Amino acid sequence: MINTIVVKNNQCIPLPEIPVLAYHDFLEWNTTRVKDINFHCVSYFGWKRKGRIRLFCCMADDAEGTIAISSAEVPGDRGQSLPSFTARHFSFHCFERDLHEKLGINYSDHPWLKPLRYPVDRADQHSTIENYPFFSMESEELHEVGVGPVHAGIIEPGHFRFICNGEQILHLEIQLGYQHRGIEQLFISQNDLLKRNLLAESIAGDSVIGHTVAFANAWESLCGFQAGDDIQVARTVASELERIAIHTGDLSALCTDVAYQLGSSVFGRLRTPVINTFQVWCGNRLAKGLIRAGKNQYPLTGNIKNALIRLFDEFEPDFNEMYKRTKTLPSVLARMERTGILTTEQAVETGAVGMAARSAGLIRDIRWTHPCMMYASLPHQPVVKHHGDVYSRMQIRRAEVNQSIRYIRDLLDRLPETNLHNPPLSRPKADVMAISLTEGWRGEICHCAITDHNGELALYNIKDPSMHNWMALALAVRHNDISDFPICNKSFNLSYCGHDL
Amino acid sequence: MRLLSLLLIFLNSLIFTGIIIRTKSIFSGRKGPGIFQPIKDIVRLLRKGSVYSETSSFIFKIAPVVYMAAILMAILFIPFGNQKSILSFDGDFVFFAYVLALGRFFMILAALDTGSSFEGMGASREALYAMLIEPAFFILMGSFALLTGYTSFAGIFSALHFGSYISYGIGILTAFVFIIIALVENSRMPIDDPKTHLELTMVHEVMVLDNSGFDMGLILYAVNLKFALFGAIIANFFLTPGFQWYYSIPIYIGVQLVFACIVGVVESFAARFRMNHNPQFIVMFTSVSLLIFVGVLLILGKLK
Repeated sequence: MINTIVVKNNQCIPLPEIPVLAYHDFLEWNTTRVKDINFHCVSYFGWKRKGRIRLFCCMADDAEGTIAISSAEVPGDRGQSLPSFTARHFSFHCFERDLHEKLGINYSDHPWLKPLRYPVDRADQHSTIENYPFFSMESEELHEVGVGPVHAGIIEPGHFRFICNGEQILHLEIQLGYQHRGIEQLFISQNDLLKRNLLAESIAGDSVIGHTVAFANAWESLCGFQAGDDIQVARTVASELERIAIHTGDLSALCTDVAYQLGSSVFGRLRTPVINTFQVWCGNRLAKGLIRAGKNQYPLTGNIKNALIRLFDEFEPDFNEMYKRTKTLPSVLARMERTGILTTEQAVETGAVGMAARSAGLIRDIRWTHPCMMYASLPHQPVVKHHGDVYSRMQIRRAEVNQSIRYIRDLLDRLPETNLHNPPLSRPKADVMAISLTEGWRGEICHCAITDHNGELALYNIKDPSMHNWMALALAVRHNDISDFPICNKSFNLSYCGHDL
Repeated sequence: MRLLSLLLIFLNSLIFTGIIIRTKSIFSGRKGPGIFQPIKDIVRLLRKGSVYSETSSFIFKIAPVVYMAAILMAILFIPFGNQKSILSFDGDFVFFAYVLALGRFFMILAALDTGSSFEGMGASREALYAMLIEPAFFILMGSFALLTGYTSFAGIFSALHFGSYISYGIGILTAFVFIIIALVENSRMPIDDPKTHLELTMVHEVMVLDNSGFDMGLILYAVNLKFALFGAIIANFFLTPGFQWYYSIPIYIGVQLVFACIVGVVESFAARFRMNHNPQFIVMFTSVSLLIFVGVLLILGKLK
């Protein structure tokens, strides 16, 4: 019996070819697979059509570089309860909470069916954030500290509820959803490629390139468009440049949070010329407008090549010197080492991805396992640390910045001719599904698109790396001082709006 | 002449935080605001009205005034070299310590009064650190009382003079311990980061989250005054009797400036301590002051 269809990253699959299983077999197959360390779930979503819900589960096979897609159909009425995936493996928890919230699917044995977001377009309109029963502990010794959703500084809104014993955190509950904009719905209702492209840019303001590249790849694969080398190189360079900018900014923010002024201001100043290069390239410091599906909107010209080379010649020595100073300063190390430890077991359980997973010895890197764009031609090896603490995540950032500079230099050496005569994009094929994975600076980004039989977009599903990693953060801060929460949080640097969509 | 000390402390309080901020700016490669910017900010705050939460009581309203009054009271005991201070009696350094503690006690009550979990956290931290630094202060002042035979600030400083190598060692150690006491009292680095925006890591800042306008202005100015106050105590150790005023005033101001720069440098080049390392760090200074005590015993020839 064929359980799944195995596809490559950015492949377009005709819908009828995706096997439909009975729910029990669907559950059995996927939860068995995920026990293998090489498999993890990149996306699991439902599509409501004609009163029935079709569930799609996409499992990435890191060893083979493929994605196994299976599906099942369940009745759309809210009466019956299904056995949950989460009871078998915890990493499915957020997907099932999302399904419960959006489509009203009930589960008989889900351990914590709390809403993922509190959007307006949820199935049960009666449950709101006002009447949500937060997890609490009755004790004379413990106290609760609530932070947010109105947040200090310029951070996004989110609510954090700590249960503490003195200065020590026993439990942290994170409730998000204050930024829910209904992006997935907007993708369908905005019937215009440019508008969709702009939407992709606004999923998360700090991962403009990551999400837009994922969208462009998915869309091109729906349309059967093969992007030329010049487009691919530009997208790869942009992805790596975004990684450098954000990682450097994060190092600055980590120094700020431990009150190390020198690191804070030097890394902060180093980030500026990087994002200014984006400004030179495409007119926007956050790289909005740079990536467009089906064309090379801003070709990587000789001028920009020179600007990049100059940038790195100045950036690299200063960056390395400042990092060396920071990592040899005892007072900084005292704050970062053995703080906010994420164990490998926790990383596997929560389904952590990206940098957070790699800091805990779990190799999850789409550039390595499912390479797209130019990554197959780069000698990429994921940076992996094993302690899972704040310091590991700092080390990874530094190593990845150096790596990214190497890759961009390598790509600039073999810059292909710009093809100015790309054929216009055709309409998307009818009844197909496209899945696109990219490694943003935060971790893997997964976009899935399905078209109906008129070739119109019928479903768009986005998975930001933050979705899994928020739970990893909640586990990592346990038994830490509450005063160390900000640096733990910063070391993960998760997105609120990417999660809230 | 008794007013001289008071006058100099007020003068220094106008520029103290300005110098700290300027030092930090220079070390991070920025120009930074003017020296008087912090005082201008305080004046702006003092001209504003305060906003009070409905849940807080009169304690919250009187606390900033009590805090300020306590510090002003403490300043009256600080002499200038061998010039007498405005108020002085035997054992006044004990009074000095506890009048400051009274001000802090009211700030802690006010923080608890707001009913915010943040402010409760900050209050508990501040109470702990202030309590831990107390032994260092008393051992230190006790040692000097033993050395000079006087038990008031004015008596101690007018009788204090350095002669032997041990006494210079004691002088340097004392200045060092007093700098740390001042840092703890004012919740500065490496105990607390006054610049942070993260309530969860704050000590003093989080206690005054609810204060605004005039009250906030008082609290901020109190920080400046307290710095100048401790700067004055440190400077007094260097004003040995016999100096003319045209030597002693520049020495006094120089010591205050160096003190402000030291605070700025510490805050530029080190990270803050982890919260649970703070008690260890503070208690350590009790042992440093014990060293001073031993030094005093050596000078007096009580240790053979």
